[in-house]
Amino acid sequence: MQYLIAFLVGGAICATAQLIFDTAKCSSAHVLVGLVCLGAVLNGLGLYEPFQEFAGAGALIPVVGFGSSITTGMIAEVKRLGWEGLFTGAFEITGLGLAASVVFSAIFALISKPHR
Amino acid sequence: MQPKEYQQLVQENLPPRPIAKNMLWAFFVGGLICALGQVVLNIAKSFERTKNEAAAVTLAAMILLGTILTALGVYDEIAEKAGAGATVPITGFANTVTSAAMDFRREGFLLGMGAKMFVIAGPVIVYGILSGFVVALIKSLVLGLL
Repeated sequence: MQYLIAFLVGGAICATAQLIFDTAKCSSAHVLVGLVCLGAVLNGLGLYEPFQEFAGAGALIPVVGFGSSITTGMIAEVKRLGWEGLFTGAFEITGLGLAASVVFSAIFALISKPHR
Repeated sequence: MQPKEYQQLVQENLPPRPIAKNMLWAFFVGGLICALGQVVLNIAKSFERTKNEAAAVTLAAMILLGTILTALGVYDEIAEKAGAGATVPITGFANTVTSAAMDFRREGFLLGMGAKMFVIAGPVIVYGILSGFVVALIKSLVLGLL
């Protein structure tokens, strides 16, 4: 059931993004940046965390969840450290993935060639 | 013919985008990636202490997956059909980083790969942090944390 919800919610978010991309004729960078900011705002309003509780990876994996995770990390760090958390918290949750993407991408850029 | 008229003529004669078909593809591929993410999240929850740590590990694992599929040349094939279904999940973020690293490697390791690895993913990080900062600042003030 959990997997079905993740599938349906994640799929719905991607399909909506595709609809915006096709109808508004904006670049995919605009859509992605819009979704990240939307995630941050929804998190600030306290809406994203219950949504993620319900949809699991369906809410975490799309880039909306990335924006929300940045904000969640900041609030968590503010509670722990004070104002410094507004800065250190950005990478509290996302930092592992960001550093991983740098390391893995560098490794694969060394061992494989572009395909087109 | 004026360039403007030509542009208009081109716009009128472009085949309409198959919106419904694109949405279906995005739905299924995006949904499948998220369902796979749920498998990873459930595994991560079983050995990580907090929700946030489980989320972090899941994001990193999906990023690794996106990187490997990109290096194998599979992800770009998927993305061609799936559109937003491949770019919106975090695996698509990894795809942009890895393909930029692979493409710009020939311009050198420092100013090629080093400088341009985040050429596409950069805006997402920059505006993610900026919007997150503003929201977190307001929320911290409202909740009286600062």
